[in-house]
Amino acid sequence: MNEKVKSAKKLNSNTLLLLITIGLFIVLYVAGCAAYSSKGFAHLQTFLNILITNAGLICIACGLTVVMLTAGIDISVGSLVAMDCMMLAVGMEKGMGAVPMCILVLLVGLAFGLVQGYLIGYLEIQPFIVTMAGMFFGRGMTAVICTDQVSIKESTNATFYQWANAKIIIPFGGYLNKKGAYMAPFIRVTVIVAIVVLILVFLMLRYTKFGRALYAIGGSEQSATMMGLNVKRVKMMAYVLSSFLCSIGGICYCLNTMAGSVRAALGLEMDAISSAVIGGTLLTGGVGNVIGTFFGVLINGTISSIVKSNGKLASSWPNILTAALLFLFIVIQSIFAALRTRKK
Amino acid sequence: MNKNSGNASFFAKLKAWPLLLPVVSLILVMAVNIIHDAATGINPLSFFIITLNETTNSGSILYGRIIDILNRGSEVAILALGMTLVVSSSAGTDISVGSVMSLAASFCCMLLAGYGVSSTNELAVPLVVGVLGAFLMGALCGVFNGTLVAYLQIQPMVATLILYSAARAIGLLLCNDLIVYVRNPSFAYFGSFTGPIPTPIIIAAVCIAIVALMLSKTSLGMYIQSVGINSKASRIAGLNSKRIIFMTYVICGLFAGVAGLVNSSRITSADSNNVGLYYEMDAILAVALGGNSLGGGKFNLAGSIIGAYTIQAITTTLYALGVSTDQAPVFKAIIVILIVAIQSAPLRAYFRKRSAAKALAGREAAKA
Amino acid sequence: MEDNVVLTARGITMTFPGVRALNGVDFTLRKGEIHALMGENGAGKSTLIKCLTGINDFEAGEMHVAGIDGPVKNHSTRDAQNVGISTVYQEVNLCPNLSVAENIFIGREPLTKLHTIDRSSYNKRSQKIMDDLGISVDVTQNLENYSLAIQQMVAIARAVDMDCKVLILDEPTSSLDEEEVEKLFKLMLMLKDKGVGIVFVTHFLEQVYAVCDRITVLRNGTLVGEYPVEELPRVKLVAAMMGKDLDDLAEIKGESIDLSNAEMEIEAQGISHTGTVKPFDLKIHKGEVIGVGGLLGSGRSELARSIYGADRASTGTLKVKDKEVNIKEPIDAMNLGMGMLPDDRKAEGIIGDLTIRENIILALQAKTGMFKKLSKAKQIEIADRYIDLLSIKAPSPETLIKQLSGGNQQKVILARWLATDPDFLILDEPTRGIDIGTNTEIQKLILKLAGEGKSIMFISSEIAEMVRTCNRMVIMRDGEKVNEVDGEITEERVMHAIAGGDAS
Repeated sequence: MNEKVKSAKKLNSNTLLLLITIGLFIVLYVAGCAAYSSKGFAHLQTFLNILITNAGLICIACGLTVVMLTAGIDISVGSLVAMDCMMLAVGMEKGMGAVPMCILVLLVGLAFGLVQGYLIGYLEIQPFIVTMAGMFFGRGMTAVICTDQVSIKESTNATFYQWANAKIIIPFGGYLNKKGAYMAPFIRVTVIVAIVVLILVFLMLRYTKFGRALYAIGGSEQSATMMGLNVKRVKMMAYVLSSFLCSIGGICYCLNTMAGSVRAALGLEMDAISSAVIGGTLLTGGVGNVIGTFFGVLINGTISSIVKSNGKLASSWPNILTAALLFLFIVIQSIFAALRTRKK
Repeated sequence: MNKNSGNASFFAKLKAWPLLLPVVSLILVMAVNIIHDAATGINPLSFFIITLNETTNSGSILYGRIIDILNRGSEVAILALGMTLVVSSSAGTDISVGSVMSLAASFCCMLLAGYGVSSTNELAVPLVVGVLGAFLMGALCGVFNGTLVAYLQIQPMVATLILYSAARAIGLLLCNDLIVYVRNPSFAYFGSFTGPIPTPIIIAAVCIAIVALMLSKTSLGMYIQSVGINSKASRIAGLNSKRIIFMTYVICGLFAGVAGLVNSSRITSADSNNVGLYYEMDAILAVALGGNSLGGGKFNLAGSIIGAYTIQAITTTLYALGVSTDQAPVFKAIIVILIVAIQSAPLRAYFRKRSAAKALAGREAAKA
Repeated sequence: MEDNVVLTARGITMTFPGVRALNGVDFTLRKGEIHALMGENGAGKSTLIKCLTGINDFEAGEMHVAGIDGPVKNHSTRDAQNVGISTVYQEVNLCPNLSVAENIFIGREPLTKLHTIDRSSYNKRSQKIMDDLGISVDVTQNLENYSLAIQQMVAIARAVDMDCKVLILDEPTSSLDEEEVEKLFKLMLMLKDKGVGIVFVTHFLEQVYAVCDRITVLRNGTLVGEYPVEELPRVKLVAAMMGKDLDDLAEIKGESIDLSNAEMEIEAQGISHTGTVKPFDLKIHKGEVIGVGGLLGSGRSELARSIYGADRASTGTLKVKDKEVNIKEPIDAMNLGMGMLPDDRKAEGIIGDLTIRENIILALQAKTGMFKKLSKAKQIEIADRYIDLLSIKAPSPETLIKQLSGGNQQKVILARWLATDPDFLILDEPTRGIDIGTNTEIQKLILKLAGEGKSIMFISSEIAEMVRTCNRMVIMRDGEKVNEVDGEITEERVMHAIAGGDAS
């Protein structure tokens, strides 16, 4: 029997989605550079700032990608981040060290994921309902810990403050400011963390049994069961991983905002989901990878930067644009899905 | 012997009663209230006491905890009507209702105050334009959601996620990033009093009556359930499954508009970030608490309505117990999980197996 | 256990609510044989397979597998795989979004020293497996890029590589073309030579005679018999599958009336449905009962569905009462006076959580429209009338339909259509899985309806039924009309037509 791959199909719809995403990012970024070059949009630092602001989101969106690969969803992440920030702020105010607090936050993330994962994997409750409850639980617990806004200052915890403010200088791409001083571009620790997480998740998805099982479940849960995979456990672990990565993201987020508040990271789950979807992760599962998600985050970040650079646009525009992009990508996905079923 | 079997059938009947879950929850909440009152030395029956109080600006009004629950629970009850239909027809939930409430409120206030005006005492357009605007905006959002779910066959939760995040932002845009105050008594009416009765209670009652009438006078109810139970078979039997699902989303959106109007009238303003916040959760919870399966199919409207007021009773009780507004979601989350966990298939199968094993053991013991 | 036997099952029994799906069935599979498992829909083939592979827990009976002491009872597909039983289903149970190699190795990937999966190793091994089986594919490509036939082969390759002793092929050929089937057969014979016992389920008779050594026939959940293939010629096989028990219906048959001059009810021209029905002409007169015969998968149901609008016909024109019509959705067909009782009662017939009354009036209500709700009194009257007419056994019209037995459920669906007073009624397997008494009633009803001037299209796997009730029969095979039997319809003529080939 001959090889039946049709040449047109070589560039399959999934690769196409990823290419659309990367193309969209480049177009947006170049447009931003062209329109706001006077405001320094074209400097390397603008790009690095997008990374710095969104370091936490990158970790969280990676976690969401993992869950979405199994055709699930996790909308508890925003609340969990709020809870993490509040725990860090209050804990350190009470005199706890930065390292023990971070470890505690990660452990809480694991436990949170374990409960959600058990309910979804073993009790077969819809992921949306479970994580919605998780979302309200997290937000409520934040208020239980403390209802005020708590800031983390140098006096609260010097180590944590140092982590937040350490600059890692990039040896190229700087520019001279108006006074003629050389401004070296820099990133922060959180960016390194986010990049490491990104690479690790990428490798995990590609080179481990667990990673491939996630794809298999998303491709067809029934087939995965038939092929003897432990679907329940893999699904549970996906949510554990999501909450864990979300906690890492929460620490990064906290290093950025240096505060805990009940209203922190409101709607962050939306940003994470839209990043993953815009990055080519199918909501129906089985397709997607974190590289696309990374570009999804960058697109969201670029939109915010452009709106900020413009200065005159209403603050709600990034939200609306993101939702519009999400809408666009969901519709494209559903059209691809319809085409695929029609072919069969 | 005879009496025994009578008892058994009574329990069997009770177990099969569709309103068992909501009514039991409501009784539990009341019990907590009574115990708490008794423990703190207040008249244990104060929960049920309704009095007519004189106020300076609204005349004499009804006052009491039950009235408060009915009043505050109006929005959730209104939302629960639409949510019940959506859950039944599409086995999914519309999570955008809270945001749609906010958008409808913003649109209404923007119309009434005029674009860019942040505070007004005079209405820019007749009140009815603003009110219809809110309804229309809600219905429009419903059309959007319904199109995605019914015709593009996108999972309901995902489809409604778009408006969940965008509607509030669009509302802010309509209000030019401001909190728009409409300090006009005719607008405030929807959130205040009609005679001695809080107007939201009346609005909720009217909405409930309309839906009840619609379900009894047309065959919509049967259509929705039929599609929700088996959409393939319904299609073969001549129903237009897609259009029916679409309609439920439009109805749900419309009611979100109504709820948004009430909610913003209470505070005589459109605060995009806060109107309808977390209401989607309460509405879904109301449906689940009403004994309706979130998997779609058969629905029980009365259950959802009791569920809605039960949730308000829970909220009111939590506040009475000293839990803050921000902390209340913790308890609601736990209640949601308990309810859906009880309904979950594996747990049910487990209990069935256990009771079967018990029965078997009993029979074997009897033999021996 | 005999030396050359790899699997025995004795007295396997399995009941589903209201139905005894398997009743003490025996099955024996020997080493290096291809064993056909035959039977019409509802005969219990799939249930038996599901019992062997651990998807269903059988209630009674015993199963033994070569090399394992004591009885074996599988609780999951994984258990079955562990004792050496692998299954390949009609709908390929693989993940389309993974590569061919991954589909072969998922869940048991070779690992590197770092405990990561060893892609290059399993890609190489997969390539070798596929090459050995004579299938040229690029194993690193996603499975969805290949035809169904290749996907089927990949599923088999996975099973074979897992060292299976028993390979169950559940209707693997239903979506393959001839050339692809040839390939599959070559593969099966190769595996047979390696000593694998193969259970082959198919409804294509030619295929049974092309590769099989032995045939086990099931009917209505019971074992009809096990035969070496050379002792069971086609006609006998068809007879065994369809059963010939003549009951009190022998005298039902009314005298044959010539209806060729009667008014035309339905005239279909060139109706086709991609992949299942080739362009088809069909004329149905008023008051005529037309039988559509053929084995499962012959396109008989799909033809009916294309006429009714349940599936959109790909080509062709349809005339109803000499007027050309355009049917897009079932409701269009209903408004033209049609009705259809679908073959899958559970998936497309009953609305399980609604009451008998609601199920009966549903179609009528859909026809009259949402805003013209039938009054409760009217609904009850209609429900009562049909419960009475069809003697539906139920505690009350308010009983949920899912609580009824299969036969009574079917009567409710029939009532649903009768309530709309159709001129043309399609009955797709109305008698499947229901008791003989109800069966008789339904056949009598068909004759009565025809007597009232209604036209009926009757599809059934039971030839005897159709012979008794039909004025004319159309026989289908592979989506084509192969024969039309009218005048004196006898079972023998029909069976010959269905079996086709050089039936002797």
